[in-house]
Amino acid sequence: MTAPLFIAGVAETPLGEVPDHNELSMVALAAREALAEAGLRLRDVDGLFVNYMGEEGSVQVAEYLGITPRFSDSSDLGGAAFEAQVHHAMAAIQAGYCEVALIAYASRQRSRRSRSVAARAPAMGVPIMHQFEDPFGLPLPIGRYALIAARHMHQYGTTREHLAEIAVTARLWAQKNPKAWVRDPLSIADVINARPISEPLHRLDCCLVTDGGGAIVVTTAARARDAAKKPVRILGAAESHTHWHISQMNDLTVSAGARTGAEAFGMAGIKPSDVDVLEPYDSFTITVLLALEDLGFCKKGEGGAFVASGALRPGGSLPSLTSGGGLSYNHPGALGLLLMVEAVRQLRGEAGDRQVPNAKIAVAHGVGGLFSTAGTVVMAHD
Amino acid sequence: MTDTPTLDDAMRIDDPVAFPFWQAARRHELTVQRCTSCGHHQFYPRTFCLACDADAPEWVTCSGEATVYSVTTVHLPLIPAIKPPYQVALVTLREGPRLLTNILGRPCAIGEPVSLVWRDRPDAPPLPCFTATNGAIP
Repeated sequence: MTAPLFIAGVAETPLGEVPDHNELSMVALAAREALAEAGLRLRDVDGLFVNYMGEEGSVQVAEYLGITPRFSDSSDLGGAAFEAQVHHAMAAIQAGYCEVALIAYASRQRSRRSRSVAARAPAMGVPIMHQFEDPFGLPLPIGRYALIAARHMHQYGTTREHLAEIAVTARLWAQKNPKAWVRDPLSIADVINARPISEPLHRLDCCLVTDGGGAIVVTTAARARDAAKKPVRILGAAESHTHWHISQMNDLTVSAGARTGAEAFGMAGIKPSDVDVLEPYDSFTITVLLALEDLGFCKKGEGGAFVASGALRPGGSLPSLTSGGGLSYNHPGALGLLLMVEAVRQLRGEAGDRQVPNAKIAVAHGVGGLFSTAGTVVMAHD
Repeated sequence: MTDTPTLDDAMRIDDPVAFPFWQAARRHELTVQRCTSCGHHQFYPRTFCLACDADAPEWVTCSGEATVYSVTTVHLPLIPAIKPPYQVALVTLREGPRLLTNILGRPCAIGEPVSLVWRDRPDAPPLPCFTATNGAIP
């Protein structure tokens, strides 16, 4: 039996539109705030985990923060990297390779207007996508998610109204979160009537583009003994991926979450019905629908009916997207880290107007790449 | 005096494993790989069989018949050759592998049979696209 590990500190960077920072200074702000919650300082960090912070990202961030880590990880699993990095940090700490793991991220893709749906110029590496996908004009990444949504609708009778319910749910939660970027009322009809982008996905099926980021600290009970707030215990974590090119995704209706959910819940010794709060990655509405099915909150094909019941809404049977998610709170290019920040705040009872009463077990489920990757983390308030 | 490298030279250097596919495309032949050991068809090309791990799969020419597995209508101007809205589909070839492609001509739905057509490109080999089997060839 390995010693339990904890998320001992969490922080958001400034969010929305951030004109007065660069990405590294945002990471530094969040890292120092998260470490302060954990009763630790930058000099205590001996394991550093980042994604999307440039080439050799952990090397760049470590230099900025003045850290020379014993364990260093820039694994790129897209928006799910941060859940995967909790998994990596657990392995590293349990093996004795580090004790204080800092996971951090920041982006200013709204301020930089750097988000584009066009195919990117082929980078270093094997140019398979450049030859066999880019010439057909499938927008990145939404076109892949659209193909998945279309197949799910065909196979199971899922409707655009079902998907719209997810966007409306995110907005209802966002209206309770002062940090949410969009808080105006939103109806199912608004989502249905929004401009089509890559059908069946329309404008309001898509997440926001904002600046932002965050940091979390994973460590042992001993190192978290001076924590300012009660650490949250990590019960289980898992990661996987299924494909990069959409032509190689075996079954478009089953994501990598089918595996990470089973493994993380298995490690945690919990069932889906034990979960009090769910933070699923909502890059697009369909991303949430597949997560609900693949993590076992409902049967395969029944995600549409499940969301239509209002289960995810405030007061529902499975409160989900409680920050307002990527659809309404913030989406700084990768949301995975902020999913865990919100889960921890819910478990600590710090979520203000959006607090889920008596939340004991929370799940953060990251999804990234071209619906390629998944990372699931199960957390508990003891 | 050195010869200016041709486009095909550049493509061969870029990806020697996939180059035979584009040579065949110039002849309007859609090719995929078949394992000489277990007969498994695969696409995109690799140097081994994904099903049985055998070496050196061979190239075979496909029938050009396929079924739409999923399809999206794109409303963004991402390819100069085609004005939006246009369809991007995953089609399952009769031989088994799945291919990302464009549907040309009238829009198609999931489950519909489609047939191979080629879209010529000024600065690259022709691209395999599909059109409704029972529809007019565009």
